[in-house]
Amino acid sequence: MKHESVPIYWRNIPQYYRLVAKRCKKCGAVHFPPVVRCRCGSKELEDLELPKEGKLVEFTVLHQVGTDFLKQKPLVVGLVELSNGVRVVGQIVDAQVEKLAPGAKVEVVFRRVVADGKHGLVMYGYKFRPVGL
Amino acid sequence: MKVGIVSWGAYIPKYRIRTEEVARIWGDDPLRIVDVYLVDEKSVEGIDEDAVTIAVEAARRAIRRAGIDPKKIGAVYAGTESKPYAVKPISSILVDALGLSNNVFAVDMEFACKAGSEGLVAAIGLVKAGQVEYGMTVGTDTSQGEPGEHLEYSASSGGVALIVGRDGVAAELEAVYSYVSDTPDFWRREGSPYPMHGEGFTGEPAYFRHIIGAAKGLMEKYGYKPSDFAYVVFHQPNGRFPVRAASMLNIPMEKIKPGIVVTHIGNTYNASALMGFAKVLDVAKPGDKILLVPFGSGAGSNAFVFTVTDVVQERQKTGVPTVEDMLRDKIYVDYAQYLKMRKMIKLFD
Repeated sequence: MKHESVPIYWRNIPQYYRLVAKRCKKCGAVHFPPVVRCRCGSKELEDLELPKEGKLVEFTVLHQVGTDFLKQKPLVVGLVELSNGVRVVGQIVDAQVEKLAPGAKVEVVFRRVVADGKHGLVMYGYKFRPVGL
Repeated sequence: MKVGIVSWGAYIPKYRIRTEEVARIWGDDPLRIVDVYLVDEKSVEGIDEDAVTIAVEAARRAIRRAGIDPKKIGAVYAGTESKPYAVKPISSILVDALGLSNNVFAVDMEFACKAGSEGLVAAIGLVKAGQVEYGMTVGTDTSQGEPGEHLEYSASSGGVALIVGRDGVAAELEAVYSYVSDTPDFWRREGSPYPMHGEGFTGEPAYFRHIIGAAKGLMEKYGYKPSDFAYVVFHQPNGRFPVRAASMLNIPMEKIKPGIVVTHIGNTYNASALMGFAKVLDVAKPGDKILLVPFGSGAGSNAFVFTVTDVVQERQKTGVPTVEDMLRDKIYVDYAQYLKMRKMIKLFD
């Protein structure tokens, strides 16, 4: 199974681990995933760590999933609006789907995302978990 | 100036398996098993959790509770016997996952269930020496027990992080005392998936000798008596051992009971005693003295005495989940789901 390269994973660690976005110094737009140029054309961007809580905007339950997630079906994927208004798509874990609904409070958690076979790298990143459900 | 625990953070995975469900699979009498170990159910990590993710969650909660800039943490230690990698540290993943500076002392420690508390000793030393402003230790495990073997009834998952410093101390360290010997009560060889243990040998010459040795040694050296302590927390491999250790030290049940978590989540190994400590800190009052005695097979114990300060009340109001909150927040799984979550079903790579 071929996974993301180790250098790409390493370069993306701030984004994967701590939701580090880019904010445009000129127009203030926040980009996640990070970009190298803002839609306003500016290349003057600074790091911004996104908040770790938000609410679920919508979600779906996937029964057909990519090869890395075949053994984790069904997969719950949701659109989350963080407390500063930035929207991020991510996996929803530890959820009892029947209790999940738009508006549910969620928090960012740190989880395994993919493991490169038995001997390769374990890649970690952000996911979301319902709070108080 | 006071040195001690500035903050604590605990994490218990949401999933639980009941002892009776494990006993059903392996043909044991569940009532007898519960009676022997006093473990009703145990925590189970999710399929995408491991000792690293558990450590990060506990550490984030400790930082949130402390309200400090993570870049002020100058040392981070991870104590575990469930490393996802044989070679590649948990502590360096913590550095980037928590947003610490790169100028940080970091290492993973191994001494069965004692490593996390040894990290506490090391962090305290660096803070006392003035080498770092804050130090952190995390006890984290997804502990192993061979399916069908008695360890399986208790081996569970969880993590606790402690931040040590001089500024904003919630529990001041008064004394620490160690007791270590080469006692082969429990081990796991390189490459072995499950540990082995010396059956009854895990009790008298291992757990009790070292717990009692450290606790008595500390009390004799520093002049404490059992009545000095509001709470006493021991390592909790099962529900019976800590109660018996308390009885051997003439410590009444009401001082030990608030820190008992094993009945509800099993033995979280490096987080076991620290989880009981975190549970006590969640409710302790200024002036309370706490005796904490973790134990690691192989074998050794550190006995610590902390005095709770006024700061604890501030730390208790931060909205960080308490151990009690997490004991209630659970989803039960059956044995098949448990095997899948613990990655114990053999799959192609």
